[in-house]
Amino acid sequence: MLNPVMLRITLRATLGRKRALVFLLVPLVLLLITVTLKLVAVSPVWPAEFLGAFGFSVVLPLTALIIGTSVLGAEIDDGSIVHLLATPVSRTAVVLSKFAAAVALTIMFGALPEFVAAGIARGFGGKLALGLLAGALVASVAYNALFVMLSVLTTRAIAAGLLYLLVWEGLLGNLVGGVRVLSIGQYSVSVANAIAKASALNAHLTLTTAIGMGLVVTVATLAVAARRLAAFSVKGEAV
Amino acid sequence: MNGGCLIELRGVSRWYGNVVAVNDITMTIGPGITGLLGPNGAGKTTLLNLMAGFLAPSRGELTVAGEPSWRNPRSFTVLGLVPERDSVYAFLTGADFVASTARLHRLPDPGAAAQRAIEIVDMAAAQDRRIATYSKGMRQRIKVAAALVHDPRVLLLDEPFNGMDPRQRLEMMDLLERMAGQGRTILFSSHILEEVERMSGTIQVIVGGRLAASGDFRAIRRLMTSRPHVFLVRTSADRALGAALIGRPAVTGVELTQRGLSVRTCDFGAFSRELAALCRDGGIRLHEVLPSDESLESVFSYLVTT
Repeated sequence: MLNPVMLRITLRATLGRKRALVFLLVPLVLLLITVTLKLVAVSPVWPAEFLGAFGFSVVLPLTALIIGTSVLGAEIDDGSIVHLLATPVSRTAVVLSKFAAAVALTIMFGALPEFVAAGIARGFGGKLALGLLAGALVASVAYNALFVMLSVLTTRAIAAGLLYLLVWEGLLGNLVGGVRVLSIGQYSVSVANAIAKASALNAHLTLTTAIGMGLVVTVATLAVAARRLAAFSVKGEAV
Repeated sequence: MNGGCLIELRGVSRWYGNVVAVNDITMTIGPGITGLLGPNGAGKTTLLNLMAGFLAPSRGELTVAGEPSWRNPRSFTVLGLVPERDSVYAFLTGADFVASTARLHRLPDPGAAAQRAIEIVDMAAAQDRRIATYSKGMRQRIKVAAALVHDPRVLLLDEPFNGMDPRQRLEMMDLLERMAGQGRTILFSSHILEEVERMSGTIQVIVGGRLAASGDFRAIRRLMTSRPHVFLVRTSADRALGAALIGRPAVTGVELTQRGLSVRTCDFGAFSRELAALCRDGGIRLHEVLPSDESLESVFSYLVTT
């Protein structure tokens, strides 16, 4: 179902520009703070606290937001998507290829830095590093499925994504327990916690719920995206 | 080819909210070259997007090679589309862009197909440069190459002559004529009648979302040259020239105005030759000749009412 040509063009479009340097900025900050904390921190649980809070609530969702909304959204905005769609490639393949590119990029700029930071803090073979890597992979997959869908549904995908992150996950997720079952952030920290066993990660779901719901959300959002792209309409000459 | 490359519309309408962009159009477009003409905002792009499957008809039936194109990406095995917008993957080279398109079509030998398409549009010399460095005309041609790479039986082009200089325009027309000669269905849109004056084939005129006229290029061209033209002429001796002009069969009216002579003619070609001759013979200095009713709307509305 993946289309290698589309995958390659998308990776080139993202990595071949100066913008790629911006993606490096956030992981760099993450690593710098980690190194600094390792030197000065007094709390014994700082790695889980910091990498859980900053890594899973800021670095991963924002990296996925920027990448996930642009892999397909940028082309829809400037109209170049027509060149991809004026071919017999199935719209499902278009969505899956774009999604795969976004996941790969998010792993590169979000999940791997998180793993490296945990490795610096507690050693690369440790449970924390492996747990955070697993959780970060879940985040890379599920967030991008959601954000790719948003970019097909609306031209204001970044705003919609921010609303979801800040209001749904950030605010309601802390106030209303039930919201956590529908929170990608919770899926990822819960998977991380299942391996790392660190209460500072603030995880609230069982491993089964986290993986099951993560899968459901990923498949459902990608299915919606493919359906909507199949009905892709060029904006008419606005009269 | 028997129907394998027909575009058929039966009562097709498309509206956006309360605005009707395409209004109850029925037509069949077959092999050869067809121009889709009309002023800006007439619904040409909407119509092409409907044909390419990038818009759903609000009402009516539309098929390309016998199959509806809406929600049917497979129609692009038969169909090629050159969109109007210039957004291509500017970071790719021309050769990469066309070869990638060939791979998206899953052609057996994408490299060879790309080379063939690039040679057809005469872009071999620039194919290894990034598209970002291309001129408007080159971008247009590389877009045509990408649309041609799978050897489509039906090719749709939205304003292909936009931004081209006269030489590029001629070359593009030759290219379209050649492809039409191979039995393909070529449909292009244009809002400039003069652009298509040299073409042979049929035209469909769209005004205000409706099919206003259709027919042979030559008939339309005759209408265009014999339609009344009004010129504003300023000379060193308006009155003398006016007197001479009114004696000519090509001239149907002369009026002396503050700004110069307002001359009405029914034969543009004869008028322009005779005006020059009269001035030369009478020793009259010609300061300015301005067409005064050349707006597209007036041209099209003239075509529509005749």
